[in-house]
Amino acid sequence: MAEHNVCVELVRERQKCTFEVQELIHLIDGGITATEERREVENVVCTDPRIKDVVPEEYLSHKERYENAIRKNCILQEILKKYTEKRTWDNFRPSNKYRISSGVVKDISPFMLHTGMFIPTLVNQSDDEQKAKWVPKAMSMEIIGTYAQTELGHGSFIRGLETTATYDPNTEEFVLNTPNLTSYKWWPGGLAHTANHCIVVAQLYSKGQHYGVHPFFVQIRDIETHVPLPGIKVGEIGPKLGFQTANNGFLGFENFRIPRRNMLMKNAQVLKDGTYIKSKNDKLTYGTMVFVRVIILFDLAFELSRAATIAVRYSAVRHQSQLKANEPELQIIDYVTQQHKLFIGVSTSHVFRVVGLWLWNTYVKVNADIGKGNMDQLPELHALACCLKAVCSRDAAARVEEFRLACGGHGFMTSSNLPIINGIVSASITYEGEFSVLMLQTARFLMKAWNGVLARKTLTPTVSYLSKFSNSDRVQWANTTAGIISGFQAAAAGKTKEAYAAIQSYLKPGTDYEDAWNSASVQLVSASEAHCRAILCEISWSEMQRLSKTVSPNLGKVLLELAELYLTYWSLEKRGDLLMYTTISTADIAKLQARYEELLALIRPNAVGIVDGFDIRDEILNSTLGAYDGRVYERLMEEAKKSPLNAEPVNESFHKYIKPLMLKAKL
Amino acid sequence: MNKVNEDLLRERSKCTFNIEELTHFLDGGIEVTLERKRREQAVLSKREELFCGVPDEYLSHKEKYENSIRKGTILFKILRQIYNMENSNLSDYRNVLNGVLGASISQDGSPFGLHYIMFMPVLISQADEEQKKKWVDRALNCQIIGTYAQTELGHGTFIRGLETTATYDLETQEFILHSPTLTSYKWWPGGLGQTANYCIVVAQLYTKGKCRGIHPFIVQVRDEETHEPLPGIKVGEIGTKMGLNSVNNGYLGFDHVRIPRTNMLMKHAKVLEDGTYIKSKNNKLIYGTMVFVRVIIVFDSVNYLSKAVTIATRFSAVRRQSQLKEGEPELQILDYVTQQEMIFTAIAGCFAMKFNARRLWDTFNGINTQLHEGNFERLGELHALACCLKAVSTADAARFTERCRLACGGHGYMHSSNLPLTYALTTASCTYEGDNTVLLLQTARFLLKVWREIDTVPVTPTIAYLKTVSSPGFQDKWENSIKGIVRGFQIVSMKKISSCVEIMTNKIMSGMSQEDAWNTTSIQLVSAAESHCRAIVLSTFHEDLSKMSSTVSAPLAEVLQQLLELYTVYWALEKYGDLLLYTSISKTDIEYLRRWLVTLLGKIRPNAVGLVDGFDIIDEMLDSTLGAYDGRVYERLMAQAQKSPLNADTVNKSFHKYLKPFMKGKL
Repeated sequence: MAEHNVCVELVRERQKCTFEVQELIHLIDGGITATEERREVENVVCTDPRIKDVVPEEYLSHKERYENAIRKNCILQEILKKYTEKRTWDNFRPSNKYRISSGVVKDISPFMLHTGMFIPTLVNQSDDEQKAKWVPKAMSMEIIGTYAQTELGHGSFIRGLETTATYDPNTEEFVLNTPNLTSYKWWPGGLAHTANHCIVVAQLYSKGQHYGVHPFFVQIRDIETHVPLPGIKVGEIGPKLGFQTANNGFLGFENFRIPRRNMLMKNAQVLKDGTYIKSKNDKLTYGTMVFVRVIILFDLAFELSRAATIAVRYSAVRHQSQLKANEPELQIIDYVTQQHKLFIGVSTSHVFRVVGLWLWNTYVKVNADIGKGNMDQLPELHALACCLKAVCSRDAAARVEEFRLACGGHGFMTSSNLPIINGIVSASITYEGEFSVLMLQTARFLMKAWNGVLARKTLTPTVSYLSKFSNSDRVQWANTTAGIISGFQAAAAGKTKEAYAAIQSYLKPGTDYEDAWNSASVQLVSASEAHCRAILCEISWSEMQRLSKTVSPNLGKVLLELAELYLTYWSLEKRGDLLMYTTISTADIAKLQARYEELLALIRPNAVGIVDGFDIRDEILNSTLGAYDGRVYERLMEEAKKSPLNAEPVNESFHKYIKPLMLKAKL
Repeated sequence: MNKVNEDLLRERSKCTFNIEELTHFLDGGIEVTLERKRREQAVLSKREELFCGVPDEYLSHKEKYENSIRKGTILFKILRQIYNMENSNLSDYRNVLNGVLGASISQDGSPFGLHYIMFMPVLISQADEEQKKKWVDRALNCQIIGTYAQTELGHGTFIRGLETTATYDLETQEFILHSPTLTSYKWWPGGLGQTANYCIVVAQLYTKGKCRGIHPFIVQVRDEETHEPLPGIKVGEIGTKMGLNSVNNGYLGFDHVRIPRTNMLMKHAKVLEDGTYIKSKNNKLIYGTMVFVRVIIVFDSVNYLSKAVTIATRFSAVRRQSQLKEGEPELQILDYVTQQEMIFTAIAGCFAMKFNARRLWDTFNGINTQLHEGNFERLGELHALACCLKAVSTADAARFTERCRLACGGHGYMHSSNLPLTYALTTASCTYEGDNTVLLLQTARFLLKVWREIDTVPVTPTIAYLKTVSSPGFQDKWENSIKGIVRGFQIVSMKKISSCVEIMTNKIMSGMSQEDAWNTTSIQLVSAAESHCRAIVLSTFHEDLSKMSSTVSAPLAEVLQQLLELYTVYWALEKYGDLLLYTSISKTDIEYLRRWLVTLLGKIRPNAVGLVDGFDIIDEMLDSTLGAYDGRVYERLMAQAQKSPLNADTVNKSFHKYLKPFMKGKL
């Protein structure tokens, strides 16, 4: 990393750091080898001169920006292909190894769903013969695919999808159709002008019978000419808050025929004569959903670490206002209100990472059980993944916005990269399961669990605390980390119990359960959230504690401070819940507040070291405010100078519009 | 007009009040409504030139700028017509340009905005009579186009820290403007990049070797004929941002640029020919302008949020999702209680903030008159009030706008929904014109002072409650009513303020400096100022609605009352931690409030579309595929996507250039 000309503030901050930054880097990567491998990939990509932009992408037109993204992502994929000749499906696990893609284009790649959804779905839902045929081609990117499920008029409610796939036994083909405007596929990344193949989720009809939604493998563009095939209507959906280079598309079918064997047949099947063979277990598709949500959690941790690096370094460089007359202006990171905005976000990135890895390990275990035919743990895993995805995406978006606002006006500049990170993160609140919908799915699981409590059954591990706290009105409070965790569990149990009671109370004679459910839904979401918060607190604390014992004492201390900050921050945020469901007193809360402020002060000297520990290269950070050298103002100006508007001293619109206007006024 | 969506027709037929009556009420009378509509018609008469062509979001940054200049000059011509027709004054001019109308033409802000919002008002309030004669008419006629340059690359909130110097040269009777460092470059002013040829520059004044603090100067930056930057002027644009991309925000540096002595704005302070500095008689008058700008921002917040709720409400009435009950059609998403909670609270927020903006405006006018009479008694109170209302209204507007966006699911993420841009504009106001945290701390400073003097100094209206709820005879008995909740918030505010005073006193007694005590308590100080503001917002909404409810028809009064109740109960539940901590509210009370909330949502449900129709935002201003009056959501989404230049070709050229060679392994 370029060490020249690092600004004095950052040099001083780094000298103050009490732990070995490299050790933290290895911890986050998962070992020294992982760090070395990641850096090697980053070096290979960053030294390729073709990935440098003369004009930053945000100045381009929407179309130019797409073209530039294709150019650079093709180069990236080519480099990676050479680098990892033997990339296999086993590589698809949470890791920071390939984050360099964020340094090639700032926004989302048009290939994102190829690796994120197309390949995983092929792997999980094709039968062996299909896999052999398609997966190698997809892995080598001989074909580029995406995943088309959502329609213009239909999102979360998958059963409502309208696209049809009707089996024709005469030709042994499925006929795909888009009956209405609302049934156009809408959103898939890369669908518009990039992918030539696509997994399409459609309502299956065979022998005049309707069999629900199933996935089909569909070629949409000619391999040689890339022209859409006859009967395919495809295009892009237009600019968005973010994802400008994701090339999200729409897709409609007009009597479009595909071979019978293009239905993905690992689970359900249609035989030649049109006989439908049901999937042995329709919960099997949950596996992919859970997998995607685990990856999302891990990605959120990464995006947060980027935003944290930017905001913390900038806050160390920026000076503002004299706290005391005649003293120099203070580094803004010394304002406690600023620390309050920054450090919880830093801590949250660590929490998401460790909880994400824990969820991944759980997923791997449950998946192995499923392989042996045991699905017992699937509902619990699903409920867990739902609320974690929902709560973490919303939290991450809130934290990124807080980081952005903490950088004042400069955080509003695209060149800070915070607006782009905000676009990437806030999209995740609604995609892959909208927030409220997911929270209510977890709430259904909680209501079932509460039935179990009432029936005195033994509950599964993540909800076993419900039984523990089912009888007490207010749980005994203790001002310790263990006390905080059981306080959150008590709140979750209390809220679950009350939501359950609310449903019962809305269930007057003549009211459907679902109407009562709807009336109680604000409380149900709140119960889900409390449950999720209890999980986040419990798991993050136990994981960070475990990790702290594997590292040197100085680093271990920092890890525990970050973990404790998370618990303390949330117990103050949710003190209403704690007051309701535990015996916490006013004095306890004052103590928590004091401890919280103490933790901010403890973290303060290590703040820059901690974000250095994320080890995000300048090329991946893409930020004028966050670069390693802290040359904030120089970079802001250098970046502004790249604006094509600044290439000419007078823009042509002056002569065309402004001058005539001024002249007319004089007349 | 297009055929209106059937769901919207049904919604409108259900409305229990007269929508026009609401519109007149919100505008401030039928005459105001008519005048607004006349102006809208004048703009709509140029529909072809203003609202057709490729939407801005597809253009390059440079093209976007050029387009906004083109549209801006058309708007100027329309404004001139209106101006001549109505023979109106400056403030009307600004209303038209700065109001939602101007925003609809350049949705993402205008390069001419600051000419009206800052350049002219500053000239009028800070130039002496002779200077006014020289500049104001030319500015009004657009013979010159100006902006206001205060913030620098390295200096924002702390104005005393500005570095640009204006040194008086006795020999030539000129000021020499200079930017001594990179951090002293002016940075941010709208229109400064390529548009303005004049500029008010705020700089540190030096005469006779002494620094006299910051003063405003009028400076020509570009040649009036050629538009070339004048010698010694370094000017350009600062680059792309999260929003406001048509504003042409610029940077400006001076290399010993000379301006005549009479270019210092001399209504208040003066520099005589011999360099003698004459101090302003009262430098507090400048606070008046600051407060004025913040009042405008509170009104703007209401406007932005009104747009967001109009879009979200209409979309939610049209969008259907999930069967609540088997065999029934999919439900309008507006029927989900979680959706109602997100949207109706935002509608209520528009009304709450509208009432508060009006009250603030009246307070400002009353106190401003006193100021000009030399009575500064209530300036501190006004300043503290404007600070916290600006902070809370912008933060709430941003938060509720984001909730409305999320309530529209993925489609809210589409640029064409106009929710992303609306969010960007609201969130920008959280940091400009005083960062929200800084402003809340200013209010806190005032509150602490008031609290320390509460027994000795008579209290003014906005803080009178502090005395009431802390008087010895006051009985804190929780009451589940609007009055009771407002009282509860007042108690919370009072107790937080008194607790801050206590904490700070203890810190100081234990040897901490005043400043460090302030800094280490600042998280709680911000929280106290916010609570104070919440108490004010709730009580103002309550009082002013009670006062006027007899002036509107009974059905409208009933709906307004429901909104007041919803807003109040919502905030009580949001802040129930505070209420539990500081008031005598019980668990049973909170359960009561939860049910009250659900009941209110049910009552407002049939009037939801009618309420947002009452905002009467025409489609051209709303500029949203999801929110148009006719509710043809899907048709508009598809029609807007078809305008993408990427969709003009079935195969993008990047396929042949990059994608195909890459897929064949021959890149």
